[in-house]
Amino acid sequence: MLDKEPIKRVLVIGAGIAGMQAALDIANSGYEVVLVDRLPSIGGRMAQLSETFPTLDCAQCILTPRTVEVGHHENIQLVTYSEVEDVRGEIGDFQVRIRRYPTYVDWDVCTGCGLCQEKCPKRVVSDFEREMGRRKAIYTLSPQAVPNKPVLDRDNCIYFERGKCRACEKFCPVGAIDFEQEETLIEERVGCIIVATGYDLYPMAELGEYGHGQVPDVIDGLAFERLLSASGPTAGKVRRPSDGKEPKEVVFVQCAGSRDPELGMPYCSKICCMYTAKHAMLYKHRVHGGQAYIFYIDIRSAGKHYEEFVQRAMEEDRVLYLRGKVSKIFREGDKVVVWGVDTLSDRQVEIAADLVVLATAMVPKEGTRELAEMLGLETDEFGFFTEAEGNMQPVETSRPGIFLAGAGIGPKDIPETVAQASGAAAKVLSLFAQWSGVPEEMAVEQLLGESNV
Amino acid sequence: MRIPYFPGCTLNTTAKGFDNSLRASAQVLGVELAELPEWNCCGATFPLLADNVLDLTGPARVLVAAREAGERLAVACTTCYNVLRRTNLAIRADEDKREKLNFFIEAEYEGDLQVLDVLQVLRDEVGFDRIAQVVKKPLAGLKAAAYYGCMVLRPAAEVAYDDPENPRALDELLTALGAETVDYPHKGECCGAYLAVKSPEATAEMTYTILSSAQKNGAQLMVTNCPLCQFNLDRQQMEMGKRHAGYRPVPVFYFAQLLGVALGLEADDFGWEKHYVDPQPVLARVRS
Repeated sequence: MLDKEPIKRVLVIGAGIAGMQAALDIANSGYEVVLVDRLPSIGGRMAQLSETFPTLDCAQCILTPRTVEVGHHENIQLVTYSEVEDVRGEIGDFQVRIRRYPTYVDWDVCTGCGLCQEKCPKRVVSDFEREMGRRKAIYTLSPQAVPNKPVLDRDNCIYFERGKCRACEKFCPVGAIDFEQEETLIEERVGCIIVATGYDLYPMAELGEYGHGQVPDVIDGLAFERLLSASGPTAGKVRRPSDGKEPKEVVFVQCAGSRDPELGMPYCSKICCMYTAKHAMLYKHRVHGGQAYIFYIDIRSAGKHYEEFVQRAMEEDRVLYLRGKVSKIFREGDKVVVWGVDTLSDRQVEIAADLVVLATAMVPKEGTRELAEMLGLETDEFGFFTEAEGNMQPVETSRPGIFLAGAGIGPKDIPETVAQASGAAAKVLSLFAQWSGVPEEMAVEQLLGESNV
Repeated sequence: MRIPYFPGCTLNTTAKGFDNSLRASAQVLGVELAELPEWNCCGATFPLLADNVLDLTGPARVLVAAREAGERLAVACTTCYNVLRRTNLAIRADEDKREKLNFFIEAEYEGDLQVLDVLQVLRDEVGFDRIAQVVKKPLAGLKAAAYYGCMVLRPAAEVAYDDPENPRALDELLTALGAETVDYPHKGECCGAYLAVKSPEATAEMTYTILSSAQKNGAQLMVTNCPLCQFNLDRQQMEMGKRHAGYRPVPVFYFAQLLGVALGLEADDFGWEKHYVDPQPVLARVRS
């Protein structure tokens, strides 16, 4: 099979906190990493968060040193706005083809001054801001973006639409705009692959009883993160989307889709109990006279300092926990009415809220099944990657040389994700150590014998 | 098109106007609703106990008779639709129930009938587009709130032919008839059903929730497909003003009544006299 020396380079797919952690661990050990992400800049979901539980650290503040380190690392080749299209070969020598989408900006020339974004006349609803804010047609995801180079969204660009405008080109001081840019294919060869593609949230449109995603003041947890975030659309002030007013009554609904076999998601999304407690707490810190309600099935706060955090939300911040499900959410005038049950007092509850936050279920990132198929990996019935063995091989896969990390395997929070990513990196590094420390012939035998040790 | 038809007992009594208007309208639309020659009560409630097979003998008998008449059955009363459809599915899917029932009623029925709601037949086989083309007196200027109740929506996996959380069939029919439909959040909320007998206050509040919400959103009339919902929504309004000062009643129609009116039919036997809230002012606006 493998008759040449294995390649001690790694491909990491997904540059969220898992992919970055794995990439840094490997790069800091002296090996090269190709880090690919679909988005223009790195950081993944964590870049959208306001604060993290249970310490209430500013997510951006603990993330930025990492993104900057990744961005500057001599051993990390960052390939953003790109997708892995094809992988051939086997452990020790995978041949990888990456498709890089045209950014219409020459990143080698661009200084990241931001003038093009300022001058671009076209405003577009921002996915990053969970549709609560706007960006320009030429944009970076956030002011802290790494790489801090913009991409031009062709579908929304006035020039591509009507043949006129080119404002970005006119104002760019270094002539970096290139409307002729085309997509490029990048070929890489690596010895191992780490898949860290992460998660999406279950679409609110599928939750008919909660308004089908059609009620403007019913938002999901990531949207609330953006409202709390100092770099978000409201600069960290809690303002509801419909009229920009400060909500005085906020209802948080846990298990919105999770633990619901009828919706095909019998699993627990694991992070919602904690982030909802955090949401309610941060809401109370920003709106002192406000009331926060949380509907829950039960509170799963297993983790270091987690239970204390939930207790704090109840006792210090006076968050009202109601044990029961919400049956219906609908708009009435400028209120969002929530019908639910409090099973502790055995009563039906109706709350005329100003804002409702749904802790929607974590689901695999769009495209996970296709990627799995291309890599020859298995996914479970919900579309998450299947690890080689749940107990003892949690980051390995059925394919030697390909490892997993993060929420693409199943719901998990930041600390667990980071630990798992380091675990995957360690697996790769131990292989590399074997490949380095033994004569060539032996390495090959070892590879074929117990490749995933 | 000829389709075997099960009206249900209510359509022979309090909802006679629903039956008359439905048959007359169907005829105009080229659908012959061929009433089963012999039928009995559907049983009125699908037994919630999984092992209660005896209660299914009534609906099973109806299904056997219907299967002799054809491959499909159009049902008018939504409760009957719910019971017959679920019994049919139980016979089809549950071998144990199938054997017991066939033994009880001395039949050999496999559950291979298609049980359809009449509104479903109008939507899928006649087509609302076609209905729109033959409307003679459009319901122009009328703001109608469609109300579906629960019987055609739940349990969704067994009975729903529409989005259970945001049903549209009635709304689409009303739009085809030229009416303006209003959006409100309680189209599929429970009307209180038989609680009207046991705890009238509960039904009073449940119907008020539905009616007041529809009116807040601009409804001048309610339109339903369910005899029990029609009764509850209509009757409860008689005393609604006592509990909710200033409440203004709105008439509650069967969709078939408005369909017949829009098709330009003589509507004398549409059962207007059985309404509690006078439907005539609304009808006068269509006729003028």
